[in-house]
Amino acid sequence: MKALAARRHHRFAPVVLLLLALLVTGGVYAALAPSPAQADTASTEDIETGKKLFQANCATCHGPNAEGTTEAPSLVGVGAAAVDFQVSTGRMPMQMSGPQAAAKPPQMDEEQTAALAAYVASLGPGPAIPTDEQVDAAEGDAAEGMALFRTNCAMCHNAVGAGGALSEGKYAPALLETSDRNIYQAMLTGPQSMPVFNDATLTPKEKRHIIAYVAEQRDGSAGGLSLGNLGPVSEGLWAWIVGLGLIIGAAVWIGAKSS
Amino acid sequence: MSTTTPTAAEPTTPVGKAADYLDQRTKVGVLTKQLVRKVFPDHWSFMLGEIALFSFVVLLISGVFLTMFFEPSMALVHYENEHPASMQGQLMSVAFASTLDMSFEVRGGLLMRQIHHWSALVFMAGIVVHMMRVFFTGAFRKPRELNWLVGTMLMILGLLAGFSGYSLPDDVLSGNGLRIADGVIKSIPIIGSYTSYFVFGGEFPGEHIIPRLFTVHILLIPALLLALIGVHLFLMVLNKHTQYPGSGRTDKNVVGYPAVPVFATKMAGNFFIIFGVLALMGGTMAINNVWNYGPYDPSPVGAGAQPDWYMLFLEGSLRLMPGQTEIVIAGYTLSLNVLVPAVIIPGLLFTFLFVYPFIEAKVTGDKREHHVLDRPRNVPTRTGLGVAFLTAFIILALAGSNDLIATHFDMSINAITWAFRILFFVGPWFAFWITKRICLGLQRKDRELVLHGHETGRIVRFANGEYIEVHRPLDEHERWLRVNYEAHAPLEIEPATDARGVRRRGYKADRRWQRLSRFFFEDRVEPVTPSELEAAHSHGEHDELEPSHGSPELVSGSRSVEQEH
Ligand code: HEC
Ligand code: HEC
Repeated sequence: MKALAARRHHRFAPVVLLLLALLVTGGVYAALAPSPAQADTASTEDIETGKKLFQANCATCHGPNAEGTTEAPSLVGVGAAAVDFQVSTGRMPMQMSGPQAAAKPPQMDEEQTAALAAYVASLGPGPAIPTDEQVDAAEGDAAEGMALFRTNCAMCHNAVGAGGALSEGKYAPALLETSDRNIYQAMLTGPQSMPVFNDATLTPKEKRHIIAYVAEQRDGSAGGLSLGNLGPVSEGLWAWIVGLGLIIGAAVWIGAKSS
Repeated sequence: MSTTTPTAAEPTTPVGKAADYLDQRTKVGVLTKQLVRKVFPDHWSFMLGEIALFSFVVLLISGVFLTMFFEPSMALVHYENEHPASMQGQLMSVAFASTLDMSFEVRGGLLMRQIHHWSALVFMAGIVVHMMRVFFTGAFRKPRELNWLVGTMLMILGLLAGFSGYSLPDDVLSGNGLRIADGVIKSIPIIGSYTSYFVFGGEFPGEHIIPRLFTVHILLIPALLLALIGVHLFLMVLNKHTQYPGSGRTDKNVVGYPAVPVFATKMAGNFFIIFGVLALMGGTMAINNVWNYGPYDPSPVGAGAQPDWYMLFLEGSLRLMPGQTEIVIAGYTLSLNVLVPAVIIPGLLFTFLFVYPFIEAKVTGDKREHHVLDRPRNVPTRTGLGVAFLTAFIILALAGSNDLIATHFDMSINAITWAFRILFFVGPWFAFWITKRICLGLQRKDRELVLHGHETGRIVRFANGEYIEVHRPLDEHERWLRVNYEAHAPLEIEPATDARGVRRRGYKADRRWQRLSRFFFEDRVEPVTPSELEAAHSHGEHDELEPSHGSPELVSGSRSVEQEH
């Protein structure tokens, strides 16, 4: 049990930290969050700050004008949503070269992230950061979301979004601790091995249904401890560890009672 | 007991009269008396079978409850209940809807479903650990080979019970499982596709499979299981229980406690503990929340789609098999990529279980009855084979979880799959070799101990300057345990030709058995013989101390001894 806890801890610690950070700054962000209309007309001041930040943190890989290098793709036209997703989940600036850029505690604060997003958005039109209303789980329908999630996402992210493996060490992360905004942005921009679900494939409303479904999973299971939501393998493991563990322990005790 | 015995007092109480009435007609009293006095040996590992038995009882009780609410129909409905929110208004089969209804609307329904499912997992685990105990201690030897066969059949029925029950809710996960079953059936050459149409009543998934599985799950398999459990227990009582080796225990007696009160009390206690643990698990740990998977639809497959643990070896076997092995012969497809991992490999594993007792009987040439168990170390090849079998099983089960291993240990699923492909062939051999070596080593250590006694750490110096360490000889119990076994030698066979130089029929088969027998018994450590012991003692006379206690009583305490009649 401990080992499992420790592993989970290790895997999700960055995301938990990230969530905390997001909670703390959530309120501030709500005020700052640029609406799609604003993104286009972000102040030139923001764009200037963003450019400086970009040249300091991102240019080594993405090139001085984000035109791309052999190391990393061009960011012209990826839009503010991609930058916000990549930077606020800590994926960018990328650090280790592994099978895929992993989420980690974000290095940029809210303002810096917004500035970077504004700068990249100014290079070419692309998907904007979704509004609070667009990602409001309360407005979505979990039942519709379940059906959409099952056909579009579950094959990579597991039935309830507990995560799953892809080839060659790549993986689709667990979504249970991802912020609603990041879920929307992931669908919109399709990071790395994930396909893009643009507004033609999944309408903004449908995206919100999906967010509502994932949000419902955070409430846990009606049946008790959810055991990591990993399905029959973890259930089997627990049947052996808890079930047989307790029962054999008792048998040894009963057996020892007489002799 | 004769009904005309004059000394038997007439019963006076109503209960007594009723008992007498029954007894005069059925002799039930005699049976009960025998059963009550029956002696059972005492060891925790003899209670492992009870885990299976008692979880089966829990399965029956909770299963009866579930049948009251489950509707095995594949007709389509829209789900109308409020809970779970993610299912509202969705189109699903009646079977799935009734499972949700049972979980969210029926009081105690979810608890019962979860108890039922956990019990199934523990039931199979109980069977496996029980089989391990029986195998490694050689309890399957004559006269219990038949009961081993009955037990193996129970295990396979348990697998089928689990699989059929797991499929009933008609959710995406179990539907994927059925799809695999369909694929496996279709991979069988010639009859495959016909059989699939027969089983599913047409093209997969059809509209018949759930009602059919329901009948199989609640009628056919439980009836067979109950009948075979009856045979299993009857044979167990008939053959008497085996016992671990120890002083005073022979193939002619059973040392232990009478069934009533001691053994029965322990059994009852164990039942309540098992029921309690299962109820606790059902009450606190979520299992198979089908509303997470959604109603069955053949298109989606979720990541982490796996069967319950006891079927995981099949999943793993399929996952390990390279897909390129599908071949087309004259327009007919031969799906070796499914046939080999899902039919041939499990076939081999089960065949091993079925035939092993008979093979061992043949290579030992031993036709005697055995009621005293083997210490696993004293039969190194059997122990090695058992561990090799388990290793193969575990590797396959892990391969069936390769995606979860990849995400939880940050590894590449491709690398894991390759590692398991190699391990599946190398692992069992290695496990066999190392287990056998360990067993032989332990046997040698036992010999050492019997011949030279325990080291005491006391050094004595003699007048002539010689130093020796004092060794304390083993007491009789300790020695009995270590010398009372048989190290079988490879079979001796008759020569190829008879006295007149004519080739003997059956010689070739004999040769083959002899070769197998050599594999089993070439390497062996003989137990210490009395003369060896004698020699060792007179040789090292001066470095021995008398055992501090007198000659130990062989059968001590309140234990009963039942003589073989
Ligand atoms: C060590 C090199 C490296 C650094 C530093 C780095 N990136 Fe990246 N970035 C990559 C690589 C490689 C990819 C492509 C893989 C991927 O999609 O994640 C990428 C992808 C991206 C994407 C996604 C592009 C798309 O098509 O959706 C964005 C946005 C991005 N980076 C922004 C940034 C920002 C902003 C910074 C600075 C804060 C940054 N990166 C720093 C290497 C880097
Ligand atoms: C082909 C497999 C695949 C599919 C289908 C897929 N994803 Fe992903 N998803 C990924 C991968 C791989 C990542 C990790 C990308 C990265 O780290 O940059 C990811 C990342 C995410 C993240 C970011 C998680 C985090 O904590 O940072 C979210 C949110 C997400 N996906 C949601 C979805 C949703 C919602 C759908 C369905 C509409 C979906 N995904 C479909 C593969 C997939």
